[in-house]
Amino acid sequence: MNAVADRLRPLTGHRLFWPVLVLVVMILANTVYRPGFLSVEVKNGHLYGTPVDILRLSAPLILVALGMTLVIATGGIDLSVGSLCAISGAIACLHISEAPDQNSLSTVFTALALAFGAALALGAWNGVLVAVIGIQPIIATLILMVAGRGLAQLVTEGQILTINSGPYRAIGLGHFLTLPLAIFIALAAALLIAAFTRRTALGLIVESVGGNAEASRLAGIRSSRVVFLVYVVSAACAAIAGFMMTANVSSADGNAAGLWVELDAILAVVIGGTSLAGGRFSLGGTILGALIIQTLTTSVYAMNISPQTALLFKAVVVIAVCLIQSPAFRARFSRRRGGSTPRPTAPRREKEQVPA
Amino acid sequence: MSSTSLTTGRGWRPAVPRRHVPVLATLALLLVMYGVGVSQYQAFSNVQVVFNVFIDNGFLLVVAVGMTFVILTGGIDLSVGSVVAMTAMVSASLLQAGLPAALVLVIALLIGPTLGFLMGCAIHFFEIQPFIVTLAGMFFARGMCTFISDASIPITDGFWTAVSQERIGDPRGNFVSVIVLIAFAVVLVAAYVLAYTRFGRTVYAIGGNPQSALLMGLPVGRTRIAVYTVSGLCSAIGGILLSFYTLSGAPLIAVGMELDVIAAVVIGGTVLTGGSGYVFGTVLGVLVLGVIQTLITFDGSLNSWWTRIVIGGLLFAFILLQRLIGIRFK
Amino acid sequence: MTDSRPVLTMTGISKTFPGVRALHNVDFRLFPGEVHALMGENGAGKSTLIKVLTGVYAIDEGTVVLDGEQVAFSGPMQASASGVSTVYQEVNLCTNLSVAENIFIGREPRRFGAIRWGEMRRRARALLARLDLDIDVTAQLGTYSLAVQQMVAIARAIDVRARVLILDEPTSSLDAGEVAQLFRIMRQLRDEGIGILFVTHFLDQVYGIADRITVLRNGALVGEYRTEELPQLSLVEKMIGKELDVLERLDEHQKRTAAVRSDAAPLVDASELGRKGGVAPFSLRIHAGEVVGLAGLLGSGRTEVARLLFGADRADHGTVVIDGGGTQVRNPVQAIGRGVGFCSENRRAEGVVPELSVRENMILAMQAARGWLRPIPRRRQDELVEKYIQALSIRPANPDLPVRNLSGGNQQKVLLARWLITEPRLLILDEPTRGIDIGAKAEIQKLVVQLSDDGMAVLFISAELEEVLRLSHRVAVMRDRTMVAQLDNDDTLDADRVLQTIASGTGSAEVIR
Repeated sequence: MNAVADRLRPLTGHRLFWPVLVLVVMILANTVYRPGFLSVEVKNGHLYGTPVDILRLSAPLILVALGMTLVIATGGIDLSVGSLCAISGAIACLHISEAPDQNSLSTVFTALALAFGAALALGAWNGVLVAVIGIQPIIATLILMVAGRGLAQLVTEGQILTINSGPYRAIGLGHFLTLPLAIFIALAAALLIAAFTRRTALGLIVESVGGNAEASRLAGIRSSRVVFLVYVVSAACAAIAGFMMTANVSSADGNAAGLWVELDAILAVVIGGTSLAGGRFSLGGTILGALIIQTLTTSVYAMNISPQTALLFKAVVVIAVCLIQSPAFRARFSRRRGGSTPRPTAPRREKEQVPA
Repeated sequence: MSSTSLTTGRGWRPAVPRRHVPVLATLALLLVMYGVGVSQYQAFSNVQVVFNVFIDNGFLLVVAVGMTFVILTGGIDLSVGSVVAMTAMVSASLLQAGLPAALVLVIALLIGPTLGFLMGCAIHFFEIQPFIVTLAGMFFARGMCTFISDASIPITDGFWTAVSQERIGDPRGNFVSVIVLIAFAVVLVAAYVLAYTRFGRTVYAIGGNPQSALLMGLPVGRTRIAVYTVSGLCSAIGGILLSFYTLSGAPLIAVGMELDVIAAVVIGGTVLTGGSGYVFGTVLGVLVLGVIQTLITFDGSLNSWWTRIVIGGLLFAFILLQRLIGIRFK
Repeated sequence: MTDSRPVLTMTGISKTFPGVRALHNVDFRLFPGEVHALMGENGAGKSTLIKVLTGVYAIDEGTVVLDGEQVAFSGPMQASASGVSTVYQEVNLCTNLSVAENIFIGREPRRFGAIRWGEMRRRARALLARLDLDIDVTAQLGTYSLAVQQMVAIARAIDVRARVLILDEPTSSLDAGEVAQLFRIMRQLRDEGIGILFVTHFLDQVYGIADRITVLRNGALVGEYRTEELPQLSLVEKMIGKELDVLERLDEHQKRTAAVRSDAAPLVDASELGRKGGVAPFSLRIHAGEVVGLAGLLGSGRTEVARLLFGADRADHGTVVIDGGGTQVRNPVQAIGRGVGFCSENRRAEGVVPELSVRENMILAMQAARGWLRPIPRRRQDELVEKYIQALSIRPANPDLPVRNLSGGNQQKVLLARWLITEPRLLILDEPTRGIDIGAKAEIQKLVVQLSDDGMAVLFISAELEEVLRLSHRVAVMRDRTMVAQLDNDDTLDADRVLQTIASGTGSAEVIR
């Protein structure tokens, strides 16, 4: 990061520049406001401190947002992830609560497998609606967003299902190598998805379909398979996030679990520099986006502002990020500053200038 | 296709135009549900049951009418639930501060449309997707609610309580509230605007094909901003009706209401891609939701979560229906 | 009709876009009560002229006089308010609204702000009756055929007491009966004294209805002619614009005799392949190592033939066997599986994925064929990409640059590379040299020759006859969505004969092997 003037330009042009800058500024502001913000201490062999908390709390959002990144890269959207979190958490907790020994590892694994399978099936349902029947993604996933909450409550019979299972609790609160286990789960998922997309050609094909669907079809890509797949992956990520959320509180609440996580996830993806129109995606950007959102929430809590009021700040961030990314806004902005800084104009303008 | 006579160019000419099929399906569904209710539960045939559906869902109806405008242009407004809550909160806190009721009404009715106008401008001028802009609006309005107060604020104002307790109807006990009358007024005005004004027809034209609408010289930008303003106004009215209904402002009321509203509009036969639908259908859609709730309440053995599952199922059925009859103009 | 003075006179019109002179000193006049065809190949300046006239673009130089008054419209709305209305190729109406509304929306009859639906329907009926069209004006527009929609668009255009009606390729998606209906209406409007400017690519239609023809080429006026005084062959020559002797000189030393064994089994055997609304059934055989050129004017069905062979559109008639495979090609995946590659003429929309890098765009087709589970190893990618960047001299030679930053010619080469990497048996090139600079053009031509020498079959589509004749062993000629002839590119074949074939629509020496 040499601050040489001519090296700065490619730096600011990097797609992760703005998210990183925002995160750094937030951390600095927090440290100024509360000098102990960055301090980390060891208790009982585990690390504790605000940064660790932020990482741990952002793990479910990171998971959901990773799946969402792939969906958005194909030009789609998945509104049902919040409901899927609630359903998977509810199924897992229900199975554990009915078992004679809630601490048995086999019980917990069976519960996870059951819930995971259910989530995959629901993801496949979304995938079929979008890729096979051809319903607009936003509408297709709206169905499960609405019905899913009801399904989750059906599973828990409207109660808040409380369990007392050590192994399950560990998913949310356990530690591994001094750090919370949740961080490792999110990291593992991120690495797995990164490998899944970048070590195979899946990432390329997803970006190609999202970037130009017709050109991809003519290049011989069977886009419906890929589109189907990303909705299943998104559901799988949501399921794991759902386990974490319910494990954090050792209970499943069909109404509250994963509420609004779909909106946060979409936000994280957009902040991370993946366009809602589809195409190029950045998993690293998405993780940064999720961290920004969680840091924002944590800092607002630390200032003793109610969690709901934190939404005000979120609204400001959404609008700011979208305006920065909006070509129309940039064009206006740069025009107003005069012609001295000619920026590449939006690609759509080129079209009008081609005389035929 | 026969090319000798162009008057036979229409492939299929059913007795009922295709665009009416979804609305008729909703009507049939409503009648069937009501029939089931009457046959199963004695008390269901009481007229007051129907009136209560209107009373309980009056504010939802008003908000759904606003959403109908937005969806007809092919957009979406996620902010409605939060704006409803914010309007109720603002009214309650201003009344608590001792402002006169008339002034509070004016202020409360201005906030929603202003926010809607701003969102419409962001959507039109900066070409940001309606989904994201109204999501930010939703966050903003919900944040404002708790910014005003973390706790529910009761309303004790004389005008509010008088309106809330006013019963209009026959003395034997079948009555409606002021909420219902206002909701009906909004429905009638909206239906008139959509059917008989240039603004209304432009809304349909934009939903059908925005590029064509532009080439036909229609004021696309102005109309697009206007529909979000209308939706904001309807949400504001809905918020005031809700404050009449509950006599309070609560920061977490109407959470997730936007989903119910969107579901009601779609079940009412409005196509989510825009260009086709009626306010009358939206009324039916809201009634369907209301009757489902009433049925589930009457049943007793079914639980409230079945409402959501049934609504989800109906959404799926109607979206599939829309696809099957091929309402796709783009 | 020529004794009256023109309703519209455009004089000395010039229009320059950054880097392109779209129109240079063009004159155009339109008399009341005539149908005046505006002809020209792609890039001739037809659309620009219309857009300058209706105020979509500002005029750089020249004057437009309408009914004796000089005008400069600020946009299509103002133009139509002054009596100059345009009906576009794509019907720009809202199919979800009723017929009556589509005619009147934006200027509905109103009383106290309320739309008078009864009055509107009555007026719509009257207007359509004038066009002799008896349809239900309350029905949704979308329930009617495209032809009817086109006529409703015309009704909307003439409602504003139009004096000039511009029809920009209104017939491109109509069948013969529908065209006849449209012509009837055009004649009627002409007889009512409206001046009609008619743009089309169909020669038959020009000779069927136009009273006068103005030809543009490369942004300049070639001339204005009375239809009966301009034979079809001259029209085609004027549109394409190559001096015939120059053409012949060019292809003499490059003449590629039909060296391919016709007794060998063909690589591609299309039999009565066709698609309604696309191209009439045609039969075509292509052998390995053979270059077949597709000649014809823009809109003659060249692209449609290519798309059917590649499965980009699904044929509704006939069969095609590629390399002994099944009798149908239902989608591009099947075509690619049988060794076909296809470079679309529409680079931007159907070719490159602009955000992706040069490397990614190049390997896309090969990767798609392998499936996503078997990524092409990075080293192999580098080899392939490096090889084709060198071979096709793609500039800048940076494989990681987003392809949208490349020039048109280089994007075209990236697309070529995408298919060459898949080592196809048949490569379909649709206008591979359009809009790219001379150097790149020559390189691509050279490449085609080399590929066919190496045994690849090529279907080469181009608007430039010179190019087609230089490269092809055989030339299939398209006209009005029909393959009218297949000519061996032997000593007897020259540009003149191809032009004659296009103009007359009959191949004197039709060869179907």
